Amino acid sequence: MRELSLHILDIVENGITAGADCIHIDVIVSRAKDFLTIIIRDNGRGIPAEKLNKLTDPFVTTRTTRRVGLGLSLLAAAAERCDGKLAVAVGTAGGTKVTATFQYSHIDRAPIGDMAATMATLLMGNPQIDFVYTHAIDGEEFILDTRELKKELGDHSLEDPMVIHRLGKRIRTSLNQLRSNADKPEAREKNHGKTNDR
Amino acid sequence: MAKLTIDDLKKIKEETTKSTSIRDGEANIKITVHMGTCGIAAGARAVMNALMEEMAEADRQDIRIVTSGCMGMCSSEPNVTVESKEAEPIVYQKMDSNRMRQVFKRHVLLGEIQSDFALAKM
Repeated sequence: MRELSLHILDIVENGITAGADCIHIDVIVSRAKDFLTIIIRDNGRGIPAEKLNKLTDPFVTTRTTRRVGLGLSLLAAAAERCDGKLAVAVGTAGGTKVTATFQYSHIDRAPIGDMAATMATLLMGNPQIDFVYTHAIDGEEFILDTRELKKELGDHSLEDPMVIHRLGKRIRTSLNQLRSNADKPEAREKNHGKTNDR
Repeated sequence: MAKLTIDDLKKIKEETTKSTSIRDGEANIKITVHMGTCGIAAGARAVMNALMEEMAEADRQDIRIVTSGCMGMCSSEPNVTVESKEAEPIVYQKMDSNRMRQVFKRHVLLGEIQSDFALAKM
């Protein structure tokens, strides 16, 4: 896949198929330590132990286990290509945690891509599921928690395409801001401490 | 993390049907964007976002958008299914954002099936 945000969309869909109602998505970037970590946690039914060690082999996947088939294989390949790795852990009480690590500066690392489009797509297609999305770059954070949003907005307005469309734009703006705040310390110095207003 | 018991699943199912029945109140048309690994890799997200923009513009309460997994025709992804009460469901193949906009404006809003993009009747 061309963007890591597409991998995220794919893995989150796995969790939804596994019957989760709340999914945590963490994207953590540390440029100082040169890593990028993606963590996707769901509270679905988990993965049986006998299938856990075959997860990233696309060829053992059958139709019934397709949700943990090619998607995870592709993410594992993307991580390993960047001197990182993929780890899948299943909680004793169910729930799956997928952790993918990447060397941030690796030349083969795909860009994170359009996370706002990924989140808007997830919200649009799965109104009954809650998402907690955290994006951290060098310690600065953006957090989207639909549980809070649903409380604030009232029950069904988060299903309205118009609302989701606007929310998507809002996420995109916030992420751009986060990036320009964290990624360009030299730009801040040039502008005497001010960030770019773009 | 709490394990989902059968009761929980029942509850979730109830809640789901409840919320869909509210939304089903006047839902005449259902649009399904297939979002398996194959669909996502082929560009289903861009299709979904174009569809969302069109929906926001049209402001119709009787159209529902849902996502689903792969339906086994990975080579023709991204696939989109349009179901309406009056006509048979139509599966569209190899969609992109422009095709999606055309299908939305012609088929969904005006009822003209876009047979050039169609894969099959279901």
